[in-house]
Amino acid sequence: MSTTDEALARGGDAPTAHASTVWVEEVSWVDRLPRWASMTMIFVAFVGIWELTCRSGLVSPIILPTPARTGQELITVGTNLLTGSYMLAPLAVTLTEVFYGFLLATALGFTLGVIVGETTFGERAVMPYLVALDTMPKVAFAPLFIAWLGFGVESKVALATFIATFPIIVGTAAGLHAADENARMLFKTMGATRWQTLIKMKLPTGLPHFFTGLKIGAVGVMAGAITGEFLGGGKGFGELIRVASTNLDTARVFALIIYLSILGLALFMGVSWAQRRFVFWQKSSTIAEPT
Amino acid sequence: MNDVTTTVGPVAQRARPVYVLRGVTKTFPRRNVQALESVDLTLTEGSFSSVIGASGCGKSTLLKIMAGLVPPTAGSVVLEGAPVVGPRKDIGMMFQQATLFPWRTVVENIVLPIEIRDGRAAARAAHGHARELLEMAGLNGFEQVYPGELSGGMAQRAAICRMLICEPSVLLLDEPFSALDELTRDFMNMELQRICTSRNATAFLVTHSIQEAVILSDRVYVMSPRPGRFVEQVDVDLPRPRTLDMMTTPRFGALVDRIRARLDKGAFL
Ligand SMILES: Nc1ncnc2c1ncn2[C@@H]1O[C@H](COP(=O)(O)OP(=O)(O)OP(=O)(O)O)[C@@H](O)[C@H]1O
Ligand SMILES: [Mg+2]
Repeated sequence: MSTTDEALARGGDAPTAHASTVWVEEVSWVDRLPRWASMTMIFVAFVGIWELTCRSGLVSPIILPTPARTGQELITVGTNLLTGSYMLAPLAVTLTEVFYGFLLATALGFTLGVIVGETTFGERAVMPYLVALDTMPKVAFAPLFIAWLGFGVESKVALATFIATFPIIVGTAAGLHAADENARMLFKTMGATRWQTLIKMKLPTGLPHFFTGLKIGAVGVMAGAITGEFLGGGKGFGELIRVASTNLDTARVFALIIYLSILGLALFMGVSWAQRRFVFWQKSSTIAEPT
Repeated sequence: MNDVTTTVGPVAQRARPVYVLRGVTKTFPRRNVQALESVDLTLTEGSFSSVIGASGCGKSTLLKIMAGLVPPTAGSVVLEGAPVVGPRKDIGMMFQQATLFPWRTVVENIVLPIEIRDGRAAARAAHGHARELLEMAGLNGFEQVYPGELSGGMAQRAAICRMLICEPSVLLLDEPFSALDELTRDFMNMELQRICTSRNATAFLVTHSIQEAVILSDRVYVMSPRPGRFVEQVDVDLPRPRTLDMMTTPRFGALVDRIRARLDKGAFL
């Protein structure tokens, strides 16, 4: 029973009740912090633990570089990229792979998603094969792609596409099933053709699901491109990482990974931005889930 | 059941039949549910009829069959002399939910039936007509607003406008206002009456509210559950136009009591 209820239960003497009858919901100070402050807090704690681990001498600096070393490398790599030095070309290669991989995955995922989500044939005959493919460890296909497409950009694009397509298929297909019975019936009463129903109702209704698929796909594209570079050589950013780690330059590896994550984050945010722009009616703009 | 009291009212005698249902039966093969058993119904031009009955007795199924959305298992549905074998342009239909599409402004939602029937250009040309309808529904100023910003009652009024844009001669209404509060609902019902009268539209309303059925209708059909069929039809002889004050008259009370008694016999409400 809350204090207010007690005051009410006492009936007549409610006005004489002391000030604590005003019920204030308690929010802990952690939850009241502005976003930037909470994020900074986590960051400082993370770096602090990292620093302590290094100073304790429990791990060799070859395995775990100090935060300061990593920071230094970040600046080195950053200036290298900004001045257009030798790291820029590998970045461009990886960017190309990610770009084409994402483009292909989106086109393929959308097309297959519509086939699977809209036609009974697709759902019955195509979907089982897609699910079977999806459950395979996709990275295991990398040697095949390299054998088929060589050590160039193509094999990486193929792996990136392969990994990113499935979530987009699933997102699109789920979106097409998202329209409710009332909307379907309404379109039927208006005498809409199947095409009109798809274009004017099912696709817009499913857009949030499609974007969820795109976001998962965006993450997969990055993973696919880098894995492809690790396994299949080439001239990308993954190759820089591989070389740095062969030289036991762990700080460099850390710095390169951080720049890669920024790249991945940029892609993810780009998709989020597009979602806010195209699904303007969706109120929640939080990370992933459509409402 | 032979206890159907057929008191043919003055309206039914004069006017031309628009909708004629004969022996409409519906069985859902899944779990072998018989939803409707031999429903006969004649709606005359400009008349307002309601069907009332317990939940799950087949009212929505009947309406879907009448609209050509679902085929009957047996029996015939004839509208304006032509059998209904699919969705028809002269039927306007409204459901419990407004179902406005959030990516279209209110006015774009309203011209949607035109856009589907005649294309985008025709839809744009219909914006003027849509504005008139919105004004009638008390929604002027909301043309360019997205449905997310409308209240439930406003959304339902916009849905009425969408139903009316194609100027249907028959309105099929499946509990259109049951999600609204009582005040808004009374107001909407009076609006509905005005719209139907001014267009001489034939209306068929599914409702759970006896009061609503009586205040709006020329005739109220009482439906029995499982299998659904009409067990009684009550002609409402209150004068037109109806006003909300009539709900306090003894005649209104007597009609409500009569329908309630019939429903109590059949099932709960
Ligand atoms: N597609 C379907 N498949 C199987 N059974 C169905 C289907 N649609 C309706 N039914 C059954 O038919 C019966 C009548 O359903 P209907 O929706 O017409 O009821 P209703 O009178 O409109 O109920 P309510 O007042 O709750 O809206 C129910 O028993 C329902 O289970
Ligand atoms: Mg119903």
